[in-house]
Amino acid sequence: MYVAVKGGEKAIDAAHAWLAEERRGDVNVPELSVEQIREQMTLAVNRVMAEGSLYDPDLAALAIKQSRGDLIEAIFLIRAYRTTLPRFGSTNPVDTEAMQCDRRISATFKDAPGGQILGPTFDYTHRLLDFKLAADGEAPEAPRRETQAGPVPHITDFLNKEGLIQTEADSDETPRDLTREPLELPADRALRLQSLTRGDEGFILGMAYSTQRGYARNHAFVGELRIGTCAVEMDIPELGFAVEIGEIELTECETVNQFAGSKSEPPQFTRGYGLVFGQTERKAISMALVDRALRWKEMGEDNMGAPAQDEEFVLYHADNIQATGFLEHIKLPHYVDFQSELELVRKMRAEAQAQTMPEAAE
Amino acid sequence: MNQEYNFAYLDEQTKRMIRRAILKGLAIPGYQVPFASREMPMPYGWGTGGVQVSASVLTPEDTMKVIDQGADDTTNAVSIRKFFEKTAGVATSEETAKADVIQTRHRIPEEDLREDQILVYQVPIPEPLRFLEPRETETRKMHALEEYGLMHVKLYEDISKNGAISTSYAYPVKVEGRYVMDPSPIPKFDNPKLEMAAIQLFGAGREQRIYALPPYTKVVSLDFEDYPFEASKADHACDLCGSETSYLDEVIMDDAGGRMFVCSDTDFCHSRRAAGHVGAQGVPFEEDAA
Repeated sequence: MYVAVKGGEKAIDAAHAWLAEERRGDVNVPELSVEQIREQMTLAVNRVMAEGSLYDPDLAALAIKQSRGDLIEAIFLIRAYRTTLPRFGSTNPVDTEAMQCDRRISATFKDAPGGQILGPTFDYTHRLLDFKLAADGEAPEAPRRETQAGPVPHITDFLNKEGLIQTEADSDETPRDLTREPLELPADRALRLQSLTRGDEGFILGMAYSTQRGYARNHAFVGELRIGTCAVEMDIPELGFAVEIGEIELTECETVNQFAGSKSEPPQFTRGYGLVFGQTERKAISMALVDRALRWKEMGEDNMGAPAQDEEFVLYHADNIQATGFLEHIKLPHYVDFQSELELVRKMRAEAQAQTMPEAAE
Repeated sequence: MNQEYNFAYLDEQTKRMIRRAILKGLAIPGYQVPFASREMPMPYGWGTGGVQVSASVLTPEDTMKVIDQGADDTTNAVSIRKFFEKTAGVATSEETAKADVIQTRHRIPEEDLREDQILVYQVPIPEPLRFLEPRETETRKMHALEEYGLMHVKLYEDISKNGAISTSYAYPVKVEGRYVMDPSPIPKFDNPKLEMAAIQLFGAGREQRIYALPPYTKVVSLDFEDYPFEASKADHACDLCGSETSYLDEVIMDDAGGRMFVCSDTDFCHSRRAAGHVGAQGVPFEEDAA
């Protein structure tokens, strides 16, 4: 005997309780603290801050703990929290030339003012599992030296002096805000960059990789990649001047791309740009490549029909919170729609059978 | 009620922005109004558009009903109802007649709605032309130019291939002779009910669109003279309440192909059984029997 399906509410409560239990895992193993995640899972924290569009390492670490390490789920928690925060105003653009660099490399010049700083990178590690780490996580002390004082000029500025690289026009225009206005196309570069910097790392990486493999290829050199902290300043109207309200860690990547010149422009290099919260260099480099690919129209290049050139395709599909929500919603009940499909298929089959039966009898 | 958040979760400025979009939608029935959809604490695709619209029209005195697949007790309906209980502290009810605001996914209640009610739909893909043309920039142009030939060609191709229009849900409609509109994935059985006394609001959160049907708006399901639109349902009566007019869910009973058909609108079925109607496999109604 069937009675109407009831018990959804009880099932949800039980599922949540079970989830909390699973999150904690074996209670004989000490619980992870938010501080441990913040300090020792830093790159995960950085990704959550970047794609969550909220610079707060403590909250990002909490989100990672709550989401059992599912970073997209953690990003979602941060986004949902962020959207409730009041806005006091906007800061001045950060000055990345004044960045305190932990890492700064150029693939285009062997050396340049400011020097190359390798910094804490995986780049030249051999990817061998370190079994010692399983028993003992104590690290040797890294050697230290004095940092250079003063601003570190951008590599592309040196090219700019010779007119070898396209100058980016200054604009005082307030950029559109992706989180406060519906996305409407065509998008200008500021809006595209906003979308890319909070876009899914995997998606942006895939798009960037596709340009390297020939889908709208424009060979990119990493002109410069820098990681470090920047001061965030805000104009306070009552004071009449800007004050520093904090520091954020940023990764900035400028690519130098080939360009043959066009009817209106002499041959020169062009740029792609990536700027992401935290130490997130895979994302920043990917962002710069996709940014450059999306600029085909202003550069007077051909539309190759490549996915990375298609602003609507990239911008509409880069957001992992939108993507995962819609993808996972197909788990929700659809039996009303499925029922209507069932009826239709049955009806069409019955009609098709009725049509073929007389032929079979002949 | 949770005091850490504003009434119905959204801040007042956001609600104003959404109300403006709703008013614009009501002024241009069937037109998709872009709005700055917020990130809600439930996933995109799970009713964030409907939730934002409901949050913007709710007042503290309202009674709210939430259904998914016609039922009040499906998991996501429970989750959304709890969300409003927690953030708005409004009264909730499973009775269609008692509700001021009804948020729905995939169904229109069987019982006729009144002028003082609002029906809020959760919409996954607001664009009826989307599966014919994936680009938003193109489809907006097509709506602006009232260029709906592609849709008619699609319906015609259905008939020439399958002998029938093979769309059974989210069946496209034309609103007041102007905009072609997606009624959200309701079964086409529900399409005739789109002309109703209540205000109908459609919210698509991920796609950042709101659209609306004012009361008594003319809504015509697309068809051809020789292949007229037909609202269809399973050719059975409800096995619990005996209704022959309600939309039915098919429930698999055993592994030998045993099935029964029951009303998808659980409140409708419940009140019929309470009034003494008994279907072929039903038992006389007892309070709390379900």
